[in-house]
Amino acid sequence: MNSAATITPTASTETPQVGISLRNLYKIFGPTPEKFIGAVREGMTKQELLDKHNHVLGLRDVNIDMRPGGIQVVMGLSGSGKSTLIRHINRLIEPTAGEISVGDVNVLELGSRALRKFRGEMTSMVFQKFALFPHYTILENTEYGLRVKGISRKKRHEEAMRWIERVGLSGYEKKYPNQLSGGMQQRVGLARALANETPILLMDEAFSALDPLIRTDMQTILLDLQQDLGKTIVFITHDLDEALRLGDRIAILRDGEVIQQGTGQEIILSPADAYIANFVKNVNRGRVIRCRALAQPGEAIDGPNLNANTVLEDAARIMNAEGKDQANVVTKRGRLIGTVALSAIIGAMIPPQDPPQDPPQDPGS
Amino acid sequence: MNSDTLRQLRRFVDMEFRSFTREYGGMLEKLFEPLGDFLLFSERLLTQSPWPMVLAAILFAVWVTSRSLKIVLGTAATLLLIGYFGMWQDTMRTLAMIVASTLTALTLGLPIGIVMSRSDRLQRWLTPALDVMQTMPSFVYLIPVVMILGIGRVPGLLAVVVYAIPPIIRFTNLGIRLVAKDVLEAAEAFGANGLQKLFQVQLPLALPTIMGGVNQTIMMALSMVVIASMIGVPGLGQPVLKAISNQYFTQGVLNGLAIVGIAIVFDRASQAYGKRLQRHLEATHE
Repeated sequence: MNSAATITPTASTETPQVGISLRNLYKIFGPTPEKFIGAVREGMTKQELLDKHNHVLGLRDVNIDMRPGGIQVVMGLSGSGKSTLIRHINRLIEPTAGEISVGDVNVLELGSRALRKFRGEMTSMVFQKFALFPHYTILENTEYGLRVKGISRKKRHEEAMRWIERVGLSGYEKKYPNQLSGGMQQRVGLARALANETPILLMDEAFSALDPLIRTDMQTILLDLQQDLGKTIVFITHDLDEALRLGDRIAILRDGEVIQQGTGQEIILSPADAYIANFVKNVNRGRVIRCRALAQPGEAIDGPNLNANTVLEDAARIMNAEGKDQANVVTKRGRLIGTVALSAIIGAMIPPQDPPQDPPQDPGS
Repeated sequence: MNSDTLRQLRRFVDMEFRSFTREYGGMLEKLFEPLGDFLLFSERLLTQSPWPMVLAAILFAVWVTSRSLKIVLGTAATLLLIGYFGMWQDTMRTLAMIVASTLTALTLGLPIGIVMSRSDRLQRWLTPALDVMQTMPSFVYLIPVVMILGIGRVPGLLAVVVYAIPPIIRFTNLGIRLVAKDVLEAAEAFGANGLQKLFQVQLPLALPTIMGGVNQTIMMALSMVVIASMIGVPGLGQPVLKAISNQYFTQGVLNGLAIVGIAIVFDRASQAYGKRLQRHLEATHE
């Protein structure tokens, strides 16, 4: 469970993998956003825009490249613009300026019919509050995307039943959503999105409304599914632990701006500013940092061989069990990268005493 | 405004309207003739068929809509009592009228309500118009209707529809506007188009509210029966009217109760139908 991030995307046989690229994306909410885009580009602050012009800055100059087949987490507190960001990918929200491409499709060029087709064939979405159709059964909910696409009743029943089984809800297909618990409802939400067989899965705080145990369950389900499916997943969350567990890459958003992006390990080892440092202070580093980051070049020594992707906690456990205070760090194929000492591992697992010396900033929630 | 200009204004409007009626009254009457024929036909069907057959047909219709034995038995008891007290013919005439005017109100009102829910501007314009339709004393708009179409079933139907249509428009509009935004967004995210959103999400979820409107429309149509009888609509309103002018207390009460009886039958059957369409609301987790 704790080695979630070792998942390597595998090519799916059914759907091609596509990447998503956001370029210089701006979103201003209000009656006349185009009037202020220039000023915002030149650095007008969110507060000034709101106070003087009564427009809300949703996103400012967002650039993210989302790798095909990877899980891209977008993390931020409420009001940081993360839900706005994800809705740009399927254009539920129109950007004020910028470019959005999915694979080789320029999303902003699509007309309304083409956009609906794009939504049906390329993206599926899972929502924070589930947003199931209360008047449809679980089966009817799951097959909704296929129904919109005009697929025959028999075929879509088959498909939907397959996904209902896959998320562990067999036997519930004739129930209505409000007969199910929250966790089960979100599994329906997931099945509904997956039944569409789109290469992209957009998850808007999909697990935030669930209680912690169920949330962990759902994360496991998602990671298991992703092993087989290799979709490009965009996952929005405000929970750092969730971000670190799921994300191949994480982008941190504050006040509509991306303030850091990288792997979970990169963000923890070198937070871009005091705000992020403060954020990551309490993370269990032993479950995020991998041996590769600590490997010192050198000759093989007498000790266990550790996969470079082993997290420190597991590495320490193995070395302790074998009674060795040094280990070799090797690639999946067994090639030596370097060595690591138990003391270095323990050192890296202890959080730094003080975050970097900038004054802590208001998170702006 | 002094009384002279006021008099002139009144005379001008009245004269203009009168000449309009003379000019186009015949044409408009022709236009509404099929409606009148239909009303006459359904009335004859209900009054001239043997009563056991009509009773069986009504009970069957109630069963099909409500699927409730209780409501069917209640309907049977009500209709048998009405027959026993000699009000069968008038009740059937009223029934034909109510069914026709309610169906007219629903077929016109639902689409108007749907369009209204999609346009804030239309809502701003229509709301005061609906207020006027509901509060203007019905006699006032009976005047032009009678001037154009004379007295009879068709002007009666129009008067009833004008009075009874506002609730279905209002409730349809409100119901659609109250549909949760996140569910609508979900449909959109899966690529649904406007019509799919309307028929798959908005209307089904607005149904409880819309059924409230249907109920109100039926009730208001029934409450117009007596007033409509003043312009020659046959049915239970006629004996009530007679009872008022002759102070026949018992006759008034009996016919009034017959109106109440069919109101309850209509209401229970339509609400049970609405509930059957919303089975998902009954089931809950835990």
